[in-house]
Amino acid sequence: MSEKVLMKGNEAIGEAAIRSGCRHFFGYPITPQTELSAYMAKKMPKIGGVFLQAESEVAAINMVYGAAGAGARAMTSSSSPGISLKSEGISYIAGADLPCVIVDIVRGGPGLGGIQPAQSDYFQVTKGGGHGDYHLIVFAPNSVQEIVSLTADAFNKSEEYRVPAMILGDGTLGQMMEPVDFDSVPEPKKADKSWATTGTGLKREHNIINSLYLSPEALEKTIIERQKRYDIIKEKEQRYEAHDIEDADIVVTAYGTTSRVVESAVKTLRSEGLKVGVIRPITLWPFPDKIFAEAAKTAKAFLSVEMSMGQMVEDVKIAVNGKAPVYFFGRTGGIIPTPQEIIEEVRKIAGGLK
Amino acid sequence: MSARLNIFCGHYGSGKTEVALNYAIKLANEGKKVTIIDLDIVNPYFRTADARKILNEHGIELIASEFANSNLDMPTVPQEIKKVFYDKKSNIIFDVGGDDDGAYVLGQYNSFFKNEPYRMIFVVSTKRPLTGTCDELFEMAKNIEHASRLKFTDIANNTNLGKLTTEDTLLSNYEQISKLSEKMGIPVSMQCGLEKSLSKLPKEFDDRKFPMNIYIKMPWEL
Repeated sequence: MSEKVLMKGNEAIGEAAIRSGCRHFFGYPITPQTELSAYMAKKMPKIGGVFLQAESEVAAINMVYGAAGAGARAMTSSSSPGISLKSEGISYIAGADLPCVIVDIVRGGPGLGGIQPAQSDYFQVTKGGGHGDYHLIVFAPNSVQEIVSLTADAFNKSEEYRVPAMILGDGTLGQMMEPVDFDSVPEPKKADKSWATTGTGLKREHNIINSLYLSPEALEKTIIERQKRYDIIKEKEQRYEAHDIEDADIVVTAYGTTSRVVESAVKTLRSEGLKVGVIRPITLWPFPDKIFAEAAKTAKAFLSVEMSMGQMVEDVKIAVNGKAPVYFFGRTGGIIPTPQEIIEEVRKIAGGLK
Repeated sequence: MSARLNIFCGHYGSGKTEVALNYAIKLANEGKKVTIIDLDIVNPYFRTADARKILNEHGIELIASEFANSNLDMPTVPQEIKKVFYDKKSNIIFDVGGDDDGAYVLGQYNSFFKNEPYRMIFVVSTKRPLTGTCDELFEMAKNIEHASRLKFTDIANNTNLGKLTTEDTLLSNYEQISKLSEKMGIPVSMQCGLEKSLSKLPKEFDDRKFPMNIYIKMPWEL
């Protein structure tokens, strides 16, 4: 095993990306993700990679579009308002079937909002953000170590399906330091990139990177073909961590930083004899609906805890499909729920269960 | 060596804030009047001002930007900092932001530092990326000295792996820190760590052990 180092979440994304073969990073600073850009700025020149601070988020995402079209493993990162700016480019990249990794270290919104951690961009990253029928594969780590393995997975899955992938964190995950090693990063896979614009050498037809289709029939055909890939992803790539759900009366669900607070609360609740289980979605799209459907066969209630006014809870309701009541508790605007608040919320629900 | 003015600088994430907080509390526990200055204009997360409550409990004055822990990323320098150069009865701890970026802010106080002896402590952790070797640390130190227009006087070894820290972690790559000490011509005068790990270190570290408590907690820590 390699030696552990102490890293911030933002730095760990950078190092994991480099070890995954990413040599093209286009960024624009914004709190709370700036350490990722800073890390890339220091590291990329030393390893023959490209770090470029663009003039805006719009420019940075379009540089990713270009680099990805040429077959490079490319990455950009931002935080909520910056992701809004990138959304047009993300839609174009999805429409051109290009792989890339986009990092979103979420802060409070809407508008400029604030710089403290939030999860109020769940809708934006799982249901669009940009225009058109498209999806991103969205990974939501909850520790610095998991950030490392999911960054590697994001590159590989993105290339496997030619779908852009996103690492969704929040200010706390980006800024906090935990011991980490990079053993979980596999050797970068050589994906088939026969579609890339690498020069024909006068030996093949031109490859064209494009999201414009002159005939509606051709556009619809492309979208349907892409949808088939989305269906495979939904079938094969759902990821979650779950525990104590077999005997649970109440299943608490949360992702990212909030899941750490939930784990702390659930530990206390179980020590008091309450039957509480946990489902932590690791992919937000595809949403791990199968495990929720399974848990709904026996659980009497679900509680979604988020740093938002209630966004993931909608997917939980769809997955639970009316088999049990789904409750919500959230703080927003840069406030992190406390273990005590969650404990009280679960006790309240438990008191109402008969 | 001790001085009234103590400046803690280093790579971001080296643990400057925890070391500075512990140093302030140590002085307060010795019955001294202490003021700690949150001078981090680089990073709005995990900062001295997070420990406001514990500082209050120890009677330590905190000077921090009015925007610290707000929703605004506003790198401002509180003007009341200057008073600490005139009130000579208080012991002053400067907790400075990371890297040379964070150290530029010290330049404006240069005339004061020229007129009063200060201690400037280079907080190092070899378990942080980009600062694992003597050469990397030396370059960082020189950049900070250039930006701050001050000279380091001491090194604090705060090498750690967070919750996974053992006594072995504290001294990992220690030869690099010894080399750095020699190259910079300043002593490693603080060996930081939790009491339980420090107690297992060899005798030669007895004169510089700096036992720490962790004051800044994660939101899920009850």
